[in-house]
Amino acid sequence: MAPPKTIGSREVHAAIERLAAAIKARHSKTEGLLVLGIANGGIPLARRLCARLGIKRVGDLDISFHRDDIGKHPIPKEFTPTLLPGDVNAATVLLVDDVLFSGRTVKAALDELFDHGRPGRVELAVLVDRASRKLPIVADFTGTTIAAGENEDVIVTLGDDPSKDMIEIRARAPRAPRAAALR
Amino acid sequence: MTWTRKHLITIEELSLREIEQIHATASAFKKILGRNVKKVPALRGKTIVNLFLEPSTRTRLAFDMAAKRLSADVIAFDASSSSTQKGETLRDTAENIQALNADMIVIRHAAAGSPLYLSKILDIPVINAGDGAHEHPTQGLLDTFTMKEHLGSLKGRKVAILGDILFSRVARSNIHALTKMGAAVTLVGPSTLVPHGFTTLGAQVSHDLKSALADADVVMLLRIQHERQGHRHFPSLGEYTSMFGLNKTRASWLNPHAIIMHPGPINRGVEIDSELADGERSVILEQVTNGIAVRMAVLYLCAGYQPEHVISSTQ
Repeated sequence: MAPPKTIGSREVHAAIERLAAAIKARHSKTEGLLVLGIANGGIPLARRLCARLGIKRVGDLDISFHRDDIGKHPIPKEFTPTLLPGDVNAATVLLVDDVLFSGRTVKAALDELFDHGRPGRVELAVLVDRASRKLPIVADFTGTTIAAGENEDVIVTLGDDPSKDMIEIRARAPRAPRAAALR
Repeated sequence: MTWTRKHLITIEELSLREIEQIHATASAFKKILGRNVKKVPALRGKTIVNLFLEPSTRTRLAFDMAAKRLSADVIAFDASSSSTQKGETLRDTAENIQALNADMIVIRHAAAGSPLYLSKILDIPVINAGDGAHEHPTQGLLDTFTMKEHLGSLKGRKVAILGDILFSRVARSNIHALTKMGAAVTLVGPSTLVPHGFTTLGAQVSHDLKSALADADVVMLLRIQHERQGHRHFPSLGEYTSMFGLNKTRASWLNPHAIIMHPGPINRGVEIDSELADGERSVILEQVTNGIAVRMAVLYLCAGYQPEHVISSTQ
């Protein structure tokens, strides 16, 4: 297996800066902007961006129960509950995620969001836009673009220690076929 | 670690970690039940059959509601108008349900072991909703979930279960769940209904109501199950009530923080006075509400289980 390619903290921080600047340019006058990190990868990025931009209304969106692939992935042991810092109805909502891949996560996030109300406008910010979209979804704000193959994973780490932030591109471990639980 | 279990047959076979995972998942679902849209699409397109071959109100309604909150289609099997009346066997009934493309079966049956039997002959997940006097795992899970909401960790907590233990699947499931979670269980009641053999399950047996109540953080009352009692285990209901029924005087022996539970259906004025069943310490209706969230968790986890061999090959 090829060793993982790594993008270090300096480039990651530059990408976050680009995202923050673009969001600020469009939303410096937007009233009541709600920024929601998509659990789990989008949460630290949403917090970073909001700290950087001085936005107070930041929350989390849990999409576990809106996934359309039950049985294909292990169910997580813990759930980060959806936490909305304000009313969704008529609000401008900025969804934040670490990696935009097939677009299915964003679709699930929209489904979850609309269960809470009818937002006026929804936008999407991602740190990494990678190839292989499967749904008609485009990010409004993109930190960086990576041409990763279908059989590679793009893993973003944004931890408590910013000097250890990184993006890794690794070959995906082969998955054993799953016996039919539900037909 | 992730969920690897396809069927839920007993609490006896669950690990502490699995019980905790069900509780964590249930608490995520409970938050959904509190919002405007009380439904998630997790089991959209799946069909769940509620095969209830014994009367039930709460469990059947809660399973029905849980499945609907997960967007599954639910078929309720009505035993009284079905071919079981013409003598169709359980095996044939269940295999026919599977042949109709059901994705999951929830079964209640008067015979202990029938859910285990179905889990061995069917390809789809089987959930035990109560089998004879054996186990009622979702009840044990929702009872411990409710206790945790009131008391926090159950480690070192004392739970008194009072009443018809001998015939109670609820007691058996609760004893297994509580002992795994580190709580101490005392079973109380007339010696004919609380035989000493239960100590082998890790519970204490007591016939001294006063000291058991004075010690308890939780008192769980069980219904006297006259339908399962082939012969009488006490002279009369009136005598049971006068010896063991929970009334105001006996409730005054309880700790100030102790809660009163009952899995229902209640025989008001037999095992508990109405005043206490509807009183401040009673969490009986909370148990019912939590029953939906816990059953959502069980249906969701068993529908999305990952077989052991897949997990080990990807880690």
